[in-house]
Amino acid sequence: MTLMKPMRRILLGALLAFFFKPLAALAASWNKDAFGAKNAADVLKGLGASGAAPSKDVVIEAPQIAENGAVVPIEIVSNVPGTTSIVVLIEKNPFPLAGVFEFMDGALPFVRLNVKMGETSDVRVIAEAGGRRYTATKEIKVTIGGCGG
Amino acid sequence: MAAGPMKMRATLGAGYTDVRVLMTHPMETGQRKDSDGKLIPLHFIQQVTVKLNGRAVVEGQISQGISRNPVFSFRIKGGAKGDRIEVSWLDNNGETNKTEAAVA
Repeated sequence: MTLMKPMRRILLGALLAFFFKPLAALAASWNKDAFGAKNAADVLKGLGASGAAPSKDVVIEAPQIAENGAVVPIEIVSNVPGTTSIVVLIEKNPFPLAGVFEFMDGALPFVRLNVKMGETSDVRVIAEAGGRRYTATKEIKVTIGGCGG
Repeated sequence: MAAGPMKMRATLGAGYTDVRVLMTHPMETGQRKDSDGKLIPLHFIQQVTVKLNGRAVVEGQISQGISRNPVFSFRIKGGAKGDRIEVSWLDNNGETNKTEAAVA
């Protein structure tokens, strides 16, 4: 019996390694550093997206007050010509980065999504166009949090 | 709740095609507890891809901070009736799903 257990571990480990390797390869483009960051500055570092200039061309449409933090609708449009990506951060969430969207030829730099918000927070959007970054923020007040509940 | 079916609608707007998609997914944050007080493991969609006639036009990476049963809207330049739109997702457990619709 004492021999069996480590043996089983090793076999299980080998099996897991076998199954998970292709999955890890598939998910390679999911930015672990940025998504695992616990504050906005580290997210930006993880994405290599620091130093964005404030811009009125990045438009965030969202309610001022969200009654239910579990589902907060946010609509984002970048009017900066040649926008190729949009990053969405909920600054006070435990893991602030909500999403990164890349737009290829054929798509408009627009996204509407529902996010969870633990508490009242700034929503920060960063749009990238021609290697430059533009940002806008909007505060959304939350009366009932949407994380953990 | 397990991951389940998707629903999608692609309609012609003014100069663009509006793609609205719903995914059935628990989007567990890994911080919630079940009725026995045990943590429910992290389980969430990580990648979303939108294709127009077989070519990727939007690639999204998302976090557990997206609401349960995610709903997204995207806009595709122009578009014509009958264009094929496909949306697929991949979660952190390697589960995937996709749906396809013609622009109406």
